[in-house]
Amino acid sequence: MNGEWHADEERLLDAPTIRPYVIARGRTEAQDRFDLISLAVTVRPTTGTEIGLDPEHQAIVRLCRRPLSVAEIAAHLDLPAGIVRVLLGDLFDRGFVAVQQPQPEMDVLDERMYKAVLDGLRAL
Amino acid sequence: MVFGLSESPKSPLKMPTPIKLLIAGGFGVGKTTMVGAVSEIRPLRTEETLTDRSVGVDDLSGVEAKATTTVAMDFGRISIGQDFVLYLFGTPGQERFWFVWDELSRGALGAVVLADTRRLADCFPSVDYFERRGTPFVVAVNCFEGAQVFDLDEVKLALNLGGDVPIMLCDARKRESGKEVLIELVKHAYGKRPTATAH
Repeated sequence: MNGEWHADEERLLDAPTIRPYVIARGRTEAQDRFDLISLAVTVRPTTGTEIGLDPEHQAIVRLCRRPLSVAEIAAHLDLPAGIVRVLLGDLFDRGFVAVQQPQPEMDVLDERMYKAVLDGLRAL
Repeated sequence: MVFGLSESPKSPLKMPTPIKLLIAGGFGVGKTTMVGAVSEIRPLRTEETLTDRSVGVDDLSGVEAKATTTVAMDFGRISIGQDFVLYLFGTPGQERFWFVWDELSRGALGAVVLADTRRLADCFPSVDYFERRGTPFVVAVNCFEGAQVFDLDEVKLALNLGGDVPIMLCDARKRESGKEVLIELVKHAYGKRPTATAH
C-alpha cells in the first residue's frame, strides 16, 4: 500500500495486452466506427506539439501520407485493430485525417464497380 | 456505421473505395499462401482483440471482465486503378471466432472457400457460414502435390453445394491461378447481387 512495490500485483499485468489499452486510455467505444478496410489519409500534418496526441497518433499521421486501411495501419504499427480505430477516431475528430468508408453492403451492387474490379483483375 | 462517406472537405485526394474479399477454409489449407500469391504487398497480419463485448460468444466464465483474446488474420491488397482497392482477408480457422467472421463478412463482396480433398470436412463450417449469411462464395479445391485429383462433381456433392455455387481447381501458390479464382468469385457475386436476382 501507499506506493509500496507489490511484485504480486505486477505479475498480473500482461504488458503486451495492457499497453494498447493504456494508449487508448481504456476507450473501446470507437470499435464500430471504422471497418478493418476503412481507408485513412492524412490531410493535416502534426507539428509534434499538439496537446493530447500520443506518439502512436503521430505515427498514424506520418504513416497515412498515402491512404491506408485500418488493418494496414494496425499491422505496420503492431497494434490491435481496435486500438487503431480509437486513435483514428481522435485524429478524424481533430481534422488530421480523412476517412473513406467501404461501400455499405446494400450498395455493393454498383454495376460499374463489378466491371472495374473484373477488368482490373484480368489486367493483373 | 455512424457515418457513411466521411471524407473531409479538405481532402486533397480522391480516395479509392475499399472492397473486402474473404479467403476461408480449414487450418493449413493454403489461405495465407493464396493471399500472398495475388497480393501486391507482402501479406500483413492484423490482430483483433476480443474484450468483454463478446462475452456470450466465447466462454469466458470464471474469467473476470476485461479478459482479452487476440485473433490474428493475414491479409493482402490489390489496387484496381485509382478507384478501388481490394483487401483479401484470410479468415481465422477456428470456429470459436465467429464474431470476427461477422465483422469480416459485413460488407464483403464475396468469399473463396479453399478446400483440401484430403480433409474436405474442414471447409464445411465455412460453406455453412456463407450459405446462412447469404455471402456469395466460390469453392476452390487447392491441388496439393500428391493429393488425388477428385472429380469436381463429386466434391460438389460431398459438400452439398447449391447448384449455382462455382467450384474449381486451383493452385494457391500461383498468382495466375488465384487471379482466376477471384475473377470467378466477382463474376458470381455480380450475378448474385440483389438487383440481378430481382429481375
